[in-house]
Amino acid sequence: MTTLPPLFTNWFAARGWHIHPHQQAMLDRADAPAQLLIAPTGGGKTLAGFLPTLVDLAESDHPGLHTLYISPLKALAADIKRNLTMPVSEMGLPIRIDDRTGDTPASRKKRQRADPPHILLTTPESLALLTSYEDAARTFAGLKRVVIDEIHALAESKRGDQLMLALSRLQALCPNLRRVGLSATVEDPAAIARLLACHPDPCDILQADPGPEPDIAMLTTEERPPWAGGGAAYAIPAVLEQVRRHRTTLIFHNTRAQAEIFFHNLWLANEESLPIGIHHGSLDRVQRERVEAAMQQGLLRAIVCTGSLDLGIDWGDVDLVIQVGAPKNVKRLVQRIGRANHNYNAPSKALLVPANRFEVVECQAALQAVRDHDLDGEPRGRGPQDVLCQHILIRACSGPFSASDLYAEVTTAGAYADLTREEFDACLDFCATGGYALKAYDQWQRLKQTDGLWHLRDPRSARLIRMNIGTIQDSDLLKVRMQRSRGGKPLGEVEEAFAASLTQGDTFLIGGEIVRYEGLREMTVEVSRDRGRQPKIAVFGGTKFATSTQLSQRILSLLNGGDWSALPAHTADWLRLQTEMSRLPKSGELLIESFPHEGREHACIYGFAGRNAQQTLGLILTKRMEELGLHPMGFVSTDYATLIWGLDPLTDPGPLFDMAALRDGLDRWLAGNQLMKRTFRASATIAGLIQRNTPSAKKSGRQATFSSDILYDTLAKYDPDHLLLQITRTEAMRGLIDFGRIEEMIARIDGRIDLLRLPRVTPFAAPLFLEQGRTPVEGAAQERLLAEETERLMAAAGLST
Amino acid sequence: MNGHDFSLAGAPLVALGSGALYWPAEGLLCISDLHLGKAERRARLGTGHLPPYETQDTLTRLEDDLHLTEATTVICLGDSFDDRAAAQALREEEKLWIAALQAGRRWVWIEGNHDPGPVELGGTHLAELPLPPLTFRHIARPGQSGEISGHYHPKTTLRTRGRAITRPAFLIDADRVIMPAYGTYTGGLRSDDRAFTGLMRDEAIAVLTGPVPHAVPLPRR
Repeated sequence: MTTLPPLFTNWFAARGWHIHPHQQAMLDRADAPAQLLIAPTGGGKTLAGFLPTLVDLAESDHPGLHTLYISPLKALAADIKRNLTMPVSEMGLPIRIDDRTGDTPASRKKRQRADPPHILLTTPESLALLTSYEDAARTFAGLKRVVIDEIHALAESKRGDQLMLALSRLQALCPNLRRVGLSATVEDPAAIARLLACHPDPCDILQADPGPEPDIAMLTTEERPPWAGGGAAYAIPAVLEQVRRHRTTLIFHNTRAQAEIFFHNLWLANEESLPIGIHHGSLDRVQRERVEAAMQQGLLRAIVCTGSLDLGIDWGDVDLVIQVGAPKNVKRLVQRIGRANHNYNAPSKALLVPANRFEVVECQAALQAVRDHDLDGEPRGRGPQDVLCQHILIRACSGPFSASDLYAEVTTAGAYADLTREEFDACLDFCATGGYALKAYDQWQRLKQTDGLWHLRDPRSARLIRMNIGTIQDSDLLKVRMQRSRGGKPLGEVEEAFAASLTQGDTFLIGGEIVRYEGLREMTVEVSRDRGRQPKIAVFGGTKFATSTQLSQRILSLLNGGDWSALPAHTADWLRLQTEMSRLPKSGELLIESFPHEGREHACIYGFAGRNAQQTLGLILTKRMEELGLHPMGFVSTDYATLIWGLDPLTDPGPLFDMAALRDGLDRWLAGNQLMKRTFRASATIAGLIQRNTPSAKKSGRQATFSSDILYDTLAKYDPDHLLLQITRTEAMRGLIDFGRIEEMIARIDGRIDLLRLPRVTPFAAPLFLEQGRTPVEGAAQERLLAEETERLMAAAGLST
Repeated sequence: MNGHDFSLAGAPLVALGSGALYWPAEGLLCISDLHLGKAERRARLGTGHLPPYETQDTLTRLEDDLHLTEATTVICLGDSFDDRAAAQALREEEKLWIAALQAGRRWVWIEGNHDPGPVELGGTHLAELPLPPLTFRHIARPGQSGEISGHYHPKTTLRTRGRAITRPAFLIDADRVIMPAYGTYTGGLRSDDRAFTGLMRDEAIAVLTGPVPHAVPLPRR
């Protein structure tokens, strides 16, 4: 047992604190190559991570960088700097602490490289950039520890992969580097430990006391939820009542659009003018920071938000979490609840607000899962190769390397432990020449070999590589500004597709304001203030989570269990209505409802496979229907169903669900679709085929994005085995396509398909009509529509032939 | 033939869904802004290695259009090459392919801003070509009529039932035609851009390329 030096014990005593068992444990095992701490918020995680560093620096002189701290958020780095500076200055320790992110001024960045602080707080992207400099070895000389905060969040995205590859580089520069990961509650700590460790070293897993059980329930309301819709406007009086009763309430939504609408409606009912703010990823940064600052000072009674507040900044006085709309998975809900009530020993409080009657069932299932400690989660895939390509380019910026050495280095990152030499060489070839079947670029290689070492052919290309470090995708977004002759106030961002659908005079919500679309200027949406009108709904980007398999199964069991006593009367009524008009979906078979609506034929397929798999199902089925001459026009999916509409009714579903045909055609059918192209664009950008930032774009402020769709089509036609297409296929199969869940569903139903022909929309199908994200089908129907529309326009303009 | 029939200065023309313009009376096919060799130029400039198949793809489509129309005269309306070095860097097979397409045909390369000056491939090189009643040049000149030009890579977005469809398009009025860009890897300028306001008449139409060409009134801001 390592005893703390007297300086520290005195400091603890002076504050009336005791060292926590897990903090002591981490100190004892500080020499372990890797440690993972699972602890709830308020459990002294930061101190647990830093105590070994502070003790080490207190006891001996250390020139230069000693400990690196990585967090997903720039704001968190700034936060931690403040939190660490306090004990350091109070104990009079000669420790220099500094943070470095995209916001750090250039002069300070320069100073940090020349004369690094003892503790540097930074983000994965800034770290990757630091490793790209020729003097990286000097900057990191003497580095002993790396602390990764919120590692559970980083593990879920490519940022985590980029980070761990950067760490493999640091480990090569500093062989005695020790790693520490700080995580919230997760369903599989061993998986995160594997990512954190330097393969094949082991990783300790420490579980801190999780604290008391969360206090979670469904919000009871006077009003009943509607049987369709996602707004939860009915619950606003009850939500306001909760806000009144608590110090600070966070009101979470699943999408940014829902957050905007709810915020708007909340204010319409906010007669006491309680200070309530809004926070989500599409809002302008300055606005978000203002809300965060007000929140930390306790000036806000409520904040309407999305997952944008999940990470990082201290929740201060938050004593209630309200989740509006069914939580898509239990793990995220539990992590979110865990952050409320800063006070370590009081239970965290949460209320679920279903947006419609189906969601009542989902929320009930989620409640049961939380109480059963039944967290869900998908197993992680292999290390993504587009991130590896970017890493190779970054490595080349800092100096020449041997392929074998770099291969050995990257395979120490857990996610890349099973990377084969062939796969590595394919990535290297892509970086060097583009990796095309047609050898066209021998003269203009990006990387070339001299004396067995790989290096940049043109050292100046390092600049372009450094400008494009990162894995976060924010393409397809346009900035929104108030219209003014010299650039008005920035409000946030909207999806390009949404902006393209606007005409002058259209109104929409952003940051809680209703604005009027005036026009598009230089890739910026210009708006003016508009009062008192019904706004059009904004379609924001943002992650869309699928209801997990486990939760979907619970929901089906709940529906068919017969015991609806735990459900509110209005929901039981709605389920009864569905039983009368149609019937309830069952686990062992596939229910399909067919009905006409507003001049189109509809088929609603209740697969309960999660929104990604349901979306894929929609794609495959509509392709089949197109081939069979059924004129499908589009479809939309939720976590439990896919609604397809077209010109002809579906009468014989059997041939559509033939598994062999589905599997056979999958590649071919997916070849031209938007999901693949979107995935391709992301991978192509990360791997460096397309550059998002270029020196000329920086000057003009204009995006010079090359159309990735054309590149995709060209590759699919002339080079179908190209590395990027392979990466796209792998990514898409896992993530957006989720074909595994379709296979699971088909196996489950084993041919039992029940097609019901009904005279009108059913209670279960109705919500799908209000879903965003309708996918159009490009086929005969589209050409027919185009022909109709152009005829109409020409006639109206008097230009018909 | 899948095309939009119209006439300019009395000459009957067909705007093909492929983006090429056909003049049946003259057996003439006109295409614009091929930008061959764009990938090579990008690699040379160090901005990345695009898939090196755009020349092959563009020539394949051109060959299809030539078979379809059996044209005996071909006018490439400028920016046929991304730059002159790109023209020289074309692969042997591609140069031979162009030569094969040129065989037995009158081939005119109109000068563009990307490829000013002659290149070492067969055919005639001209700044502009008058073929009464029409004139072919790379960039439109205000006040002209009977003019066929390119340069702007126009594209048009059509909104139908909540969907936006964007396609390269011909811009056509009583005075002129502005051609869509024919080459693979060519981007586009929205047809409601102010650049077109001074050039096109109020009653201009846009003909969207695609499997079937569709004509609409030219969208304005």
